[in-house]
Amino acid sequence: MMPLLTTKGLSRNFGGLRAVDGVDFELMPGEIRAVIGPNGAGKTTFVSLVSGRIQPSSGMIIFDGADITSEPAYIRVRQGIAYTFQITSVFANLSAYDNVALPVQRTLSDGRSKGAVRAGVMSALERTGLADRADMPAGQLSYGHQRLLEVAMGLALKPRLLILDEPTQGLADSEIDNFIELVREIAKNATVLLIEHNMPVVMQLADRITVFNAGRILAEGTPEAIRENAAVQEAYLGTAP
Amino acid sequence: MSEASPAKAYALHLGVIALLFVLSFLLPDYYHGLLARIMVLAVFAMGYNMLFGYVGLLSLGHAMFFAAGLYGAGLAVIHLGWSVPLAFLGGIACGAVLALAIGLLALRTTGVAFMIVTMMFAQVFYLLILYFATWTGGDQGMVVPQPARVLAFGSTSLDLTNPTVRYMTALALFSLVLLVTLAIVRSRYGRVLVAIRENEERTKMLGYDTFSNKLAAVVISGTICAASGAAYALLFGYVGSSFASVQYSILPLLWVLLGGAATTLGPLIGTLFMYYVIDITSGYTSAYLLIVGIALILLVLFFPKGILGSIRQRWLGWLP
Repeated sequence: MMPLLTTKGLSRNFGGLRAVDGVDFELMPGEIRAVIGPNGAGKTTFVSLVSGRIQPSSGMIIFDGADITSEPAYIRVRQGIAYTFQITSVFANLSAYDNVALPVQRTLSDGRSKGAVRAGVMSALERTGLADRADMPAGQLSYGHQRLLEVAMGLALKPRLLILDEPTQGLADSEIDNFIELVREIAKNATVLLIEHNMPVVMQLADRITVFNAGRILAEGTPEAIRENAAVQEAYLGTAP
Repeated sequence: MSEASPAKAYALHLGVIALLFVLSFLLPDYYHGLLARIMVLAVFAMGYNMLFGYVGLLSLGHAMFFAAGLYGAGLAVIHLGWSVPLAFLGGIACGAVLALAIGLLALRTTGVAFMIVTMMFAQVFYLLILYFATWTGGDQGMVVPQPARVLAFGSTSLDLTNPTVRYMTALALFSLVLLVTLAIVRSRYGRVLVAIRENEERTKMLGYDTFSNKLAAVVISGTICAASGAAYALLFGYVGSSFASVQYSILPLLWVLLGGAATTLGPLIGTLFMYYVIDITSGYTSAYLLIVGIALILLVLFFPKGILGSIRQRWLGWLP
């Protein structure tokens, strides 16, 4: 099977700092992959390179067999790479409905029918449990609901690769359980790349885990293998008692 | 913006147009002429609002788009002997082409740099008008001769210098632009423009080519402003370089801020308000600009979102 996403020697420098340093990465279609690592390991920079928000200093990004290294972000979104922001950045002054309508209306090939936008928006809002809050300004939603709205916007893009950057940050425990269910359901139709600090969430969701440290991939494998990996324990989880 | 209450919004706008129509028969001569002028300038403000209010791009050079329409139409009549409709379209085309060129260059910048770049281009345009005084009349300007300002339809003809014809033509243009802007801001494209204003980075990450969307908005805005300029030349018969000066780049900004940025009717209210404050105060004192300034300060203090913007925020959330 051909990987959905491949990076070769992907690097990005910020001044003297090599935030991402020669990363070779492969992601298979249909996978839920978690990316973990200590703060400053380069996880967010890595997915920002993949989504096109920042340009790499060197290296190559291949999505679905095509070299997308020099494509601008909006083209990558159209090709199926959706990115949900680590820091919630919904359109605070627009209603939840309008927030989701923006991605929905763009993905509709038939740009005319009003019903199709409404149906697409409501379906994304229902999947994230926000349907009854459609008319509220996004800025007035609770923090947890804003995170969900962010996911709904990602879903509405009908992505083939959905990048979730610390989606459970700031969520209550009860919200996290629903969230895990939601990601499982999303993964039926899309590949998920998940940056996450919450280890129980990672262990429950991920098919495979990639561990970043100091801009490089330290280890990669199944949750069990990563749990047992001594180097990972040392770098990230701390030495076992 | 929301899908709700389209009927209310359209009813309100048609009501405003009907009111302006009726006023034509009620107003005394002086105010009749003034209101015709205000409607044409409100079109200028609506064009400005399209870019400033909805996309959040503050241009300090929109006088050049107004002047492109003004000179495009006026000079076509004076030098080339074009008929009124042809000259009107020619003026609009000048504005559209100029807006496309300026947009391509100026949109490479954002924020303060965008303000400065647009202002500099407008200044270049203004100085070019002065430089080519042989054709433009320089700082004296030129008068569009009365016999040329006639709309001919076969055997019948409409004289644009007739006050009623002039008022109705201004109203027709105003109504058309008002309904077009209402349709644009309620459309999906309007939603994208507001999204760019709120958070351009996020809009890109939803798959939108924000540069192209902004460029289209600059062209729409410039075209509307040029339509206003072309109508001004043909209805009021004067083509002058003062309309290209920096003052006429600031005025639409003030009108829009007063009336309410990102409201469809705000530009009319702002233009109307400013004209009437000037008109009334200048009857009492020669220091009328002082009073205008105080009025502006009070408005900004108590209605920071402009007249209609504040009304929308406090009472009528459905206003487009």
